[in-house]
Amino acid sequence: MELWYTEEHSENTRFSIRVDKQLFSEQSEFQRVDIFEAKEFGRFLTLDGLMMLTEKDEFIYHDMIVHVPIATNPNIKNVLVIGAGDGGTVRELTRYATVEHIDMVEIDKMVVDSCMKYLPQTACKLTDPRVSLYFEDGLKFVRDKVGKYDLIIVDSTDPFGPGEGLFTKEFYGNCYKALTEEGILVNQHECPYYESYARSMKRAHKRIRELFPITCVYQAHIPTYPSGHWLFGFASKKFDPINDFDAKRWEAIGLKTKYYNTELHKGCFAIPTYVKDLLAEADDE
Amino acid sequence: MTKQDETPIYDALQRYIKNRIVSFDVPGHKQGKGHKALVDAFGAKCVSMDLNSSKPLDNLTHPTGVIRKAEELAAEAFHAARAFLITNGTTAAVQNMVFSCCRAGDKIILPRNVHKSVINAMVICGAEPVYVNPGVNPELGISLGMSAADVREAVAENPSAKAILINNPTYYGVCSDIKEIVRITHDAGMLALADEAHGTHLYFGDGLPVSAMEAGADMAAVSVHKTGGSLTQSSILLAGANVDAEALRQTINLTQTTSGSYLLMASLDIARRNLFLNGKEIFKKVCDMASYARTEVNKIPGFRAFGRDIIDGGAVYDFDVTKLSIHTRDVGLAGIEVYDILRDEFGIQIEFGDIGNILAIISVGDRELEIERLLGALAEISRRFAKEPMNMLDHEYIDPIVAMSPQRAFYAPKRAMPIKDSLGRVSSELVMAYPPGIPILAPGERITAEIIDYVRYAKEKGCVMTGTKDMSVENIETVEE
Repeated sequence: MELWYTEEHSENTRFSIRVDKQLFSEQSEFQRVDIFEAKEFGRFLTLDGLMMLTEKDEFIYHDMIVHVPIATNPNIKNVLVIGAGDGGTVRELTRYATVEHIDMVEIDKMVVDSCMKYLPQTACKLTDPRVSLYFEDGLKFVRDKVGKYDLIIVDSTDPFGPGEGLFTKEFYGNCYKALTEEGILVNQHECPYYESYARSMKRAHKRIRELFPITCVYQAHIPTYPSGHWLFGFASKKFDPINDFDAKRWEAIGLKTKYYNTELHKGCFAIPTYVKDLLAEADDE
Repeated sequence: MTKQDETPIYDALQRYIKNRIVSFDVPGHKQGKGHKALVDAFGAKCVSMDLNSSKPLDNLTHPTGVIRKAEELAAEAFHAARAFLITNGTTAAVQNMVFSCCRAGDKIILPRNVHKSVINAMVICGAEPVYVNPGVNPELGISLGMSAADVREAVAENPSAKAILINNPTYYGVCSDIKEIVRITHDAGMLALADEAHGTHLYFGDGLPVSAMEAGADMAAVSVHKTGGSLTQSSILLAGANVDAEALRQTINLTQTTSGSYLLMASLDIARRNLFLNGKEIFKKVCDMASYARTEVNKIPGFRAFGRDIIDGGAVYDFDVTKLSIHTRDVGLAGIEVYDILRDEFGIQIEFGDIGNILAIISVGDRELEIERLLGALAEISRRFAKEPMNMLDHEYIDPIVAMSPQRAFYAPKRAMPIKDSLGRVSSELVMAYPPGIPILAPGERITAEIIDYVRYAKEKGCVMTGTKDMSVENIETVEE
């Protein structure tokens, strides 16, 4: 039997994975939630048919979205995570004994429930006593918070579905307000390669730059995401991710990571020329 | 048995297309076959339904088939004796109400904050206005409704008037005591006309102000496209049992296009079905969203979302809660500034902004996600853009001096002159100021010192002035007497 999952990375480009079996498929109030099992990638989660994570390469994304900001400021205690229903981001955060509390806000309870059942590799720490789960719109949650969080991680879907509000200026502005004076905002920042994703990337970058004094973009290589080249946004009120970075301090914590390391921390902010050009264009738009 | 789940016009279009009828009639694009650019722009399905009147598709000017059936279903859905599909906008529906009951020289009683389509109707048919003071809420700076007492007085002073026109509701959501006004109107042997451009949902939701037909009005112009989900420019004119419907159709045919758009008509058909079948549920959700938004807006420093709290039993008899009207004075920004910031900074388009308020329309198409965006953006405006609270424009109601009919003034020999020099002359054009959206002058009205002062003051305060031939609103056309 030939059973394949296919995602269209652009109108003219497809990415396929041979599927062994489908474990879960339901339509929630917001989106269609599917979990598959495959020989090559293990189990994987898709929302509205778009790849969210696979067991095989999720470590790259979750290492980079968590360890880069915390290594920049190891004093981070209060964290807000928006989206991230699969639990991978929370799993990495809970590895730090210094993180005291995590509020996780996921709009779609079905994502969390299905991942708890079928993707324990990422969802395993959602029951950690430091974690409070909220099932509501992230934009709504953050609106009335003031000076509360040291770090906000926006681990959202693409801006074409229920995640649209998480790419808006009002959202980034509300995040700014919700952060402490030392606060850092990290967001999944789409891919620079395909046009529709690049447009989202530019818009997000422009909006964040207008609000935060320190902003930059870093990258990672994620095989199952469109083009394999993925960006993250780093925005901060006080700390510069390179100048304020102390590699020895992070190494002293003694965490074993599979993708992230302190050399890569410095290197990931070095981005290709065409991406720099795209970001510069965003400022002019 | 109800047949409200049917859509006769849309169904007839589908049958027509399936039958693959060869077209040697208009429209010339021939269902898009000869016009690829049109199909690429709007989609083949849409263009294929842009058809012409014919036996299977009926004729809007003389409906006996599917259009008549759709009108009967609409009448039933809106609790009217008859309904007419209108493809020339609610402006046409409003004007036909006036044309059908006023001949040249006949009087019509109306609130001063009528839509300009009503004033233009009087220019065309020669009716003469008797204005009722709609009152102004001085704190918010908006004009309100007619109190029943003022209407009673106007009726007593003008027993020969033919009709009374009522806004149900106003743009801001203010409703008059329409039931009582209809009673006063009928006791005096006049007709009650309702401008329900902003009131489609009143017919389908629970807990909303009373609709004109339910209040016993004789005619109502219902802008289904505004809050009911049909395409822009489609509208319905409703008539009660007292109205000679066939005569009304003759009046409509004086000005309505003979090439009524089937896209507009089918959209009315589809919207009517949806409203009838799902309206209760839809507007329950709309009211819940509006009520949530109102509560949340009121937590944001500087903004005040007003609603039923402004009801006073007189000029504000009831309030339509689906209109999210927000007072912006305490955030130190004019409504029009908030309106611009929302669009330019946050990509959010709202209905309008005046000096002291903005209005967001919540309707069939809204979802919680977008409401959160609006709230998030308002919170940001309060954080990033707030200034010292600003002074409001004070405006007293100026009782207009009607020197001649709007028609006579409009068609009279004219002379243009600077507004400041026009004291004592009769205006031949309309001068509007937003806010409060009340005509300062309508054609045929005497220009007083008070009016000249007011125009200068309103301009200084940044009101948006419209209506004059001179786009800069420096000069005014006056009647050569």
